Amino acid sequence: MKPRVAVFDFASCEGCELQLFNLEEKFLDLIKIVDVVSFREGMKEHSDLYDIAVIDGSIMRPMDVERLKIIRKKAKTVVALGACACIGGVNKLRNQWTSENVRREVYGDANLEGNPLFDIFPARAVDEVVKVDYYVPGCPIDRAEFTKVITAVIMGREPRLPSYPVCVECKLRENQCVFELGMFCLGPITRAGCNAICPTHRKGCAGCRGFLEDANMDAFKDVLRKYKIPMDEWLKCFDMFNCKIKREK
Amino acid sequence: MKRNLNIHINHITRVEGHGSIVLNVKAGRIEKLQWNILEAPRFFEAILRGKHFNQLQSITSRICGICSIGHSLASLKATEAALGVEISEQTVLLRRLALHGENMQSHILHVGYLAAPDLFGADSIIPLLKNEHKAVINIVRIHRLANSMSDLICGRTTHPLRFCVGGFTLLPTLKELQSLREELLNGIDTLRNAAESIQAEVHHLPDFSRETEYIALTAENLYALYEGSVASTDTGIHPLSEYLSLTNEYLLPHSTAKFTRHNRESYMVGALARFNINATQLGSLAKEIAARFDLTSPNYNPFMNTIAQLVEIADSMEDSIAIIDELLARGLEEEQPEVKIRPGRGIGALEVPRGILFHDYTIDEQGNCSQASCIIPTNQNNANIQKDMEALVPTIMNRPQKEIELTLEMLVRAYDPCISCSTHYLNVEFT
Ligand code: SF4
Ligand code: SF4
Ligand code: SF4
Repeated sequence: MKPRVAVFDFASCEGCELQLFNLEEKFLDLIKIVDVVSFREGMKEHSDLYDIAVIDGSIMRPMDVERLKIIRKKAKTVVALGACACIGGVNKLRNQWTSENVRREVYGDANLEGNPLFDIFPARAVDEVVKVDYYVPGCPIDRAEFTKVITAVIMGREPRLPSYPVCVECKLRENQCVFELGMFCLGPITRAGCNAICPTHRKGCAGCRGFLEDANMDAFKDVLRKYKIPMDEWLKCFDMFNCKIKREK
Repeated sequence: MKRNLNIHINHITRVEGHGSIVLNVKAGRIEKLQWNILEAPRFFEAILRGKHFNQLQSITSRICGICSIGHSLASLKATEAALGVEISEQTVLLRRLALHGENMQSHILHVGYLAAPDLFGADSIIPLLKNEHKAVINIVRIHRLANSMSDLICGRTTHPLRFCVGGFTLLPTLKELQSLREELLNGIDTLRNAAESIQAEVHHLPDFSRETEYIALTAENLYALYEGSVASTDTGIHPLSEYLSLTNEYLLPHSTAKFTRHNRESYMVGALARFNINATQLGSLAKEIAARFDLTSPNYNPFMNTIAQLVEIADSMEDSIAIIDELLARGLEEEQPEVKIRPGRGIGALEVPRGILFHDYTIDEQGNCSQASCIIPTNQNNANIQKDMEALVPTIMNRPQKEIELTLEMLVRAYDPCISCSTHYLNVEFT
């Protein structure tokens, strides 16, 4: 029997799920090796029996935690799909404020007490709630990388993500460094695998694939000093996908 | 026989985002009928506070993966209006091209992948793909064409990279534009073939009609997507500055919902609204497709929104070819956009696949955003979905339960709701 794959979405823009449609004809190759048994955005068919759960989105509410835990229990393997699921992504930007503050900014004085749909806590990545087996990083994910990870999982191989920074790919592509153009770039400390797509289109890397655990921060600070990037400016860019601040109430 | 019904469709499938429908009927009387949105709120407007103007586009792009180009452009337009940045004609042409790419991508995704399985009697596109259904092959081709268009202009299909305040970070080459033009020309027959297959099944769309107010951008000499004034079928043309009095987000005392209302209890935005307001400005290919489906303006059947989208795909193809011709004739020039910080407020409005979208930013002396508001199409459509359901249910009440469920799902799908977009969380409740 083919491995059964189910796709679930939490708080996200669904851009990563869209990349599954964007596989176009290659989606056909994928469904030759797996059975997609649940994918709410794309299909009505649904089954609770699955081997691999692919999770898109961040976790923001107790009701989402419950749903996620049930999925974890049913699945043999959990794959986090995209920055929202892998590291919290843009959703974590809201963690700089208290829940009360962001609710008021968006909904005004409406009384939302006791409504579970609004019962929020600071955004969490999936692995802050349940165990995640494998990650497909990026905002959005790279479709080819997704296929690679899924194929490895069903072949029983360990999928490997690059452990070097975006700069390596960027230099291989012989891009002009965007620091030279006066922009800020997180390429020196961000995990490669996107083929440095942002600098290739003259945008600084925003760190959507997450920072390397052993990132060379000293060398990075040297770069910032060399190009005289003001501290507060780069702090803001630093935050976009990797916000660490967390205010509870 | 007086009917009892208890329908709860939790997590409607083949729509973008989480929504549910509840219908309770007792002895033939509707006791409860609700279109609910369950999506987790994401608080984008709160997130934008304090962010540098250069970052607003890449953050708001993440409101929605399907209309990331639209959100990006609305964001840039609002930022540029606030800062008083002028953009070149070349930039407008390229942005219009990007918007066409997204319109085609999003529409064909909806028409082909999300809505069409109902017409072809399948639960999803997967069985159709497996059987290499002829229509589906053509649909996948158009989807790929649309994506290659966004790739070329934006650097990526989802979350555009080449956009920046004032213009573009990088331009396509004339040669790339030339080959895109070829692809678009070849795409026309693919679209005709897809339309033919859909036409053969279109009788499955419910024959239902409810007149409502339609709101869309309108412009003098083109089918408005990127710019225009706001037009209402009830109240005529309004300048952009009046958008707040047009959209009127409000709360009901017994509901936590924010939704919108203008002249009546609800209004509709999106492809059908645009068609109803601007149909005469469509190009010949679009008119040909519309004629194939006997779609004429005004049309009050919300299920026909899907067909209006098909018509718009044709128009986007044709207009893209015209834009490319213009770019080829004038050549492309690298530009250095001039951006200076000045405090102010700016409104950016444009038509995204699902309807009119507004971003409204206030920017302070340091160039940081101090206040942001985004009014998105799905929020504007929610009240109309509810009102349509209330009108539709009595007409189908005596049908088998399965059929009622399917018809309600199809209605929601016809609007192509984009629930992730809910920068405002919604829980529409009419009791
Ligand atoms: S990671 Fe990015 S593209 Fe993917 S769902 Fe989250 S916001 Fe969307
Ligand atoms: S542009 Fe960014 S990724 Fe490329 S070399 Fe420079 S710092 Fe590294
Ligand atoms: S360059 Fe950086 S921001 Fe861009 S896709 Fe790669 S990791 Fe993400």
